[in-house]
Amino acid sequence: MRWARWAAWAVVGLVVLWAVVPWLFTGYDPLAGVPAEKLQGPSGAHWFGTDAVGRDLFARVVHGSVNSLSGAFVAVAVGLVLGTLLGLVAGSAGGVLDEAVMRVMDVLLSVPGLLLALTVIILLGPGTVNVAVAVGAGSVAAFARLTRAEVVRVRRADYVEAAFGSGGTFARVLWRHVLPNSLGPVVALAALQFGVAILAISTLGFLGYGAEPPTPEWGLLISEGRNYLATSWWLTTLPGAVVVAVVLAAGRISKEIR
Amino acid sequence: MTLLDIRDLKVAYGRRTVVHGVSFTVGPGEVVAVVGESGSGKTTTANAVLGLHPASSGQILLNGADIRGWSQKRLQAIRGAQIGLVPQDPSNSLNPVMRIGNQIAETLRIHKRGDKAARRRRVIELLTRVGLDDPERRAGQYPHELSGGMRQRVLIAAAIALRPSLIIADEPTSALDVTVQRRILDLIDDLRQEYGTAVLLVTHDLGVAADRSDRLVVMKDGLVEERGDTRTILAAPSAAYTRQLFRDAPALNARNFRPLDERAEPAIVVRDLVKDFGAFRAVDGVSFEVRRGGTHALVGESGSGKTTTARIVTRFTEADSGEVVIGAPVGPRDFRRKVQLVYQNPYGSLDPRQPVGTIVAEPLRNFGLGDRAARRTRVRELLERVALPEALLERRPRELSGGQRQRVAIARALAVEPEVVVLDEAVSALDVTVQARILELLEELQRDLGLTYLFISHDLAVVRQISHTVSVMNKGRIVESGTTQQIFDSPQDDYTRELLAAVPEPVR
Repeated sequence: MRWARWAAWAVVGLVVLWAVVPWLFTGYDPLAGVPAEKLQGPSGAHWFGTDAVGRDLFARVVHGSVNSLSGAFVAVAVGLVLGTLLGLVAGSAGGVLDEAVMRVMDVLLSVPGLLLALTVIILLGPGTVNVAVAVGAGSVAAFARLTRAEVVRVRRADYVEAAFGSGGTFARVLWRHVLPNSLGPVVALAALQFGVAILAISTLGFLGYGAEPPTPEWGLLISEGRNYLATSWWLTTLPGAVVVAVVLAAGRISKEIR
Repeated sequence: MTLLDIRDLKVAYGRRTVVHGVSFTVGPGEVVAVVGESGSGKTTTANAVLGLHPASSGQILLNGADIRGWSQKRLQAIRGAQIGLVPQDPSNSLNPVMRIGNQIAETLRIHKRGDKAARRRRVIELLTRVGLDDPERRAGQYPHELSGGMRQRVLIAAAIALRPSLIIADEPTSALDVTVQRRILDLIDDLRQEYGTAVLLVTHDLGVAADRSDRLVVMKDGLVEERGDTRTILAAPSAAYTRQLFRDAPALNARNFRPLDERAEPAIVVRDLVKDFGAFRAVDGVSFEVRRGGTHALVGESGSGKTTTARIVTRFTEADSGEVVIGAPVGPRDFRRKVQLVYQNPYGSLDPRQPVGTIVAEPLRNFGLGDRAARRTRVRELLERVALPEALLERRPRELSGGQRQRVAIARALAVEPEVVVLDEAVSALDVTVQARILELLEELQRDLGLTYLFISHDLAVVRQISHTVSVMNKGRIVESGTTQQIFDSPQDDYTRELLAAVPEPVR
């Protein structure tokens, strides 16, 4: 499965480059269309075809990657930082604090992720950053639970007791031994969540909570193409394929980290 | 005619060959012990005989027929019927959701022996034969309701169910307490005499091999170093490796007792310790004294409370009552500078993510002893002290052998110049030759640094070698205390006598 590994990294690398230097990949303007060239199928000139106002779809996908990726990045960062912190506190402190934190996490887990994200958006209002925060909030519980499980496992290890035996203080042992040894699976989950976040952000974009048109964003692109599904398949299929490829690549990379 | 004749057997895992041409024979009714340290290929050889791992070349002649390369289906007819297996770990080798009786009956069912009622009768017969009380009830129980020794009896019952001509016993008693170990080995011996079954005994325990086998096969790195009559080899081993192995095995060498310095004042005083876990009293009124510069051993089987006592002495567990006095009273953090603990499992007691240098320097950093440069010098000193090359400084624990890891753990314990080191089964997980080097190191450190050791162990042979004084623990109580010589030469308590009886002849 070596090729799969390379393919996964290649896909992620390519998409990151799209986000950083989009002008290297396409000469078309993602916002200005040529009405005369509207709804053309994929061709040498327009790789992904054009949309209803004659904009190059490939250019919109490339320029849209920055919105989708940064959104996913923020979402994962929110989930990772908050979740790890809560899990670490719960796992290491134990007792009442552990119970309290984890029961709140259980409540969060019992609400479907999308519903939770929608609730947060309704509180915060729509917008790219808010959508990202909302998606991130949905993954806090997953990170917290995993981190806590790892911390509880590592805390029982002989080397942690040995560290206390060497005169280590609680905070120092936590920082030097427990946290580094607990993070492996958490980082793997972060990679997996990256794919999930792209999907969730695209979903929210599709539902109209994310970026405002005409800003290109992957979910929004798919949503806009929906009206032409019968006549212009490429408007939904090709951006959709890009999302699928990135999500699968993130999953594959996560598996490797684990 | 020989029962099992192995000729030039080679076994590989993937591309790595681990058994490089092993030959030996097992005659009918004979006990052949395959001994060797971990990684010597002894278990792999045993598995290859059963076809559990395919051999890459050579011959495995069972009653003259070469069974190497037989299909699993053909081998099935042999397994159980002609070769029985007693696996290593009784706690993992029984199906936890299946009743004992059904697990034994499975062998009979697979080989289509008798109807249901006949099988049931035979199961009861077998359970009675392996010495389980109330066999009717045992047959209906699940593995978790049985102790380790009882489970091993069940596994033996399953192995002998079809009266095979050969039993392969892979470390059959390594996971068991010494007194239980002796009873299980006695049982295997009885069965052998009764049925004339040959036994291929795979073990790392030279004491067991010496006591129980007719012939020995000594393996190292996938090769046979020496084979022959057990008594001949014991009396005059010809291979250099065998000689070293025998020299290093505490169970085969009775050294002089270490003389106790009667004048030394006590470094550790333990009085009336009591510790309950719920309704279970783990430590029940334990008192002993350890003289400065001496080694006191706490000996007992699993559940005797010896580890709990060690943890109370090192203040990792709090006692419900009683006291431990180690010099002048100090605060909890300074206490760590006086008393250090070395763990049983050197694989678990070192942080897998840190290099050796960082691990050894940790206590120094915690107590702010010296600046960076001074700490580095001290770490080098400590590594030299435990005879580890400086090149290991940057290595991580997984790149080290078991013995090296334990040396790192000892170096870490010595970093803060403690007065007392508590060693909790610190050499139990190591191979004999490695164990011997660590024991030598511990003696040397004690002599040079004036350390006081509290040595927790289940292994009387090791205890005899290293300790000045001994307390024997059973069910949370100390049943007998005295100098090592008193305990070994004139034991007063029945339990001590029973423990000693389980130790091989030369040391007793």
